[in-house]
Amino acid sequence: MSDLGNRFGAGQSTVFLALVLFWLAGMVLAPNLMMIDYALRPNLPPAAMGGPDDTYSLANILYLAGEPTHRAIFFKTIWASGLVALVTFLVCYPIAFWMAQRATVGQLSAALLLIIIPFFINEVLRTLAWFIILAYRGPLNSVLMNAGLIEAPIRWQGDGGVLAAMVYAYILFMLLPIYNAIESLEKAQIEAARDLGASTWRIHARVVIPHAKAGIATGFVFTFMLAAGSYVAPSLLGSPGSRWFTEIIYNWFFEGGDWNRGAAYALVLLVLCLTVVLVTLRLARVNLADVAT
Amino acid sequence: MSHSVELAGIGMTFGATRAVRDVSLKVQAGEFFSILGPSGCGKTTILRMIAGFIEPTEGRVLIGERDMKGLGPNQRPTAMIFQSLALFPLMSVRDNIAFGLEARGVGRTARHAKADELLRLIALEGYGDRMPGELSGGQRQRVAIARALAVEPGVLLLDEPLSALDLKLRQHMRAELRALQKRTGVTFIYITHDQSEALAMSDRVAVMSAGLLQQVATPRELYENPATPFVARFVGETNAVAGRITAVDGGLARIETELGALTGRAGRRAVAGTPGTIYVRPEALIPGTGENALTARIERVDFEGSFALVHGRFADGGSLAASVPSTRLADAPAPGSDAAFAFAPAHAVVLGDE
Repeated sequence: MSDLGNRFGAGQSTVFLALVLFWLAGMVLAPNLMMIDYALRPNLPPAAMGGPDDTYSLANILYLAGEPTHRAIFFKTIWASGLVALVTFLVCYPIAFWMAQRATVGQLSAALLLIIIPFFINEVLRTLAWFIILAYRGPLNSVLMNAGLIEAPIRWQGDGGVLAAMVYAYILFMLLPIYNAIESLEKAQIEAARDLGASTWRIHARVVIPHAKAGIATGFVFTFMLAAGSYVAPSLLGSPGSRWFTEIIYNWFFEGGDWNRGAAYALVLLVLCLTVVLVTLRLARVNLADVAT
Repeated sequence: MSHSVELAGIGMTFGATRAVRDVSLKVQAGEFFSILGPSGCGKTTILRMIAGFIEPTEGRVLIGERDMKGLGPNQRPTAMIFQSLALFPLMSVRDNIAFGLEARGVGRTARHAKADELLRLIALEGYGDRMPGELSGGQRQRVAIARALAVEPGVLLLDEPLSALDLKLRQHMRAELRALQKRTGVTFIYITHDQSEALAMSDRVAVMSAGLLQQVATPRELYENPATPFVARFVGETNAVAGRITAVDGGLARIETELGALTGRAGRRAVAGTPGTIYVRPEALIPGTGENALTARIERVDFEGSFALVHGRFADGGSLAASVPSTRLADAPAPGSDAAFAFAPAHAVVLGDE
């Protein structure tokens, strides 16, 4: 804190701190407190608000527990988000390793450019691109049929489509932390392991992955949270059988008109996401501070 | 079980640069062999070709008479000690040493027993549970050696492993490495740019410059009979005076220089009528005039303890370095004066210029 004062002077430091406080209080704390407040109160007509029925209770949360369809979608969202994170990791790890340890400077810049360029485009449009690619009469099916690999078009939309679109959407959030972590691994360590007779698999299991653990955990946490909170991909690419929990929340707010139940559902999702993140970090023995850097 | 290493005309071209050109040499089984040269001379490239990290673009590498073409570093009977040591920082010392055995599928008990045996060999008994980061530089050095020895390699490749240590520790580790090599009987191939390291430890030394092999010889031979001007200048200090060779007879060569006619042993390419250079070691110069003497303007006298090093400049612009034993310090000329130093023809060598 005194560092800040020394560097920018009292005036500027005060402005910085005030802005940060405003951000935390106004943009983070207040909405969340309001959400909790909504979640714990019943859905009443405006006239009854503040009346004798307006009391705090866990009724909205218990409603979720007692509603089998919503409950199932909730747990499905959790494990499917974990699956998204896992598949994203499996896609990103080899690319990150190649970029960090094998690629020449030219190859690295080309790869980074190719990976980042799609992110210049809005997420909705990127998801829409998948919508087109995976359409029943779309290019993917026609390519596969022309190649004689399938007889009739496949309906990709549903779980598979959501998974593909999410993995694609969150690649950067997994790739960059892992790339950063592997990049700092001294090449001689890999060479030493190989020289001592280790197979490729063992080199990764014993040398590269332990070194990149913090980066991998960071990527998992990012991807998991983004996937669990995703709305665009499930709504565009999902099918009635692949509903996402965010869609249920959306429905409570904008179709059911029950903000309180929607807030309760959102609160449960938030708490569960935080739990998953903290457990992941504990399992990987990584501090929250390591993830932030 | 130690192996011989033979390099048969190996060369390495990276894009447009030829890092190593046509190097042939044979390292005997059980030998302590050094490859000495300034940085960028191709010595590390040679080591990496022996280890299998890169394939030579020309020639063959034979280890224990077997052609190594197409075999990766994990399939060769070599183990390498890296300049940075490359210990695995997240594994205990014991797991580090046992890593090669783990990779070979040796069971946990057996490999830990072997690791503990090696810890005794390097005098670090009881350090098995520490992490590499908790050890001193010299201890880490020894762990790296133990890790390499654990896989019982036929050849140990060392890439300037002492360069990160301070002088005192480096000297201590030299003796330790030498003793370890004798005890284990493993062939050591040691890369260094430090000539005193190479001279002190090795059975034989190969000197390299700009990708070319200059000379392979015992340390003493290298010092006394340098084969090329590069070796004469790079190994040890020397006084070099250029001139024209006038006569070669009975193993002696006479050379006409700006400092007068001088005589030394005839070395390689010493042919009458061609340009050449006479090389005289600082310790061969004795203050006083004589038939075979160099005269220089004295610039300063550095007292080094057991001897004093006299620095000066010859009339032809070359620099003089002469060492005078401390017991005879009174003979050392004063700075600013002109002084002559005589030497015996047997202590100088004349080489043809390249």
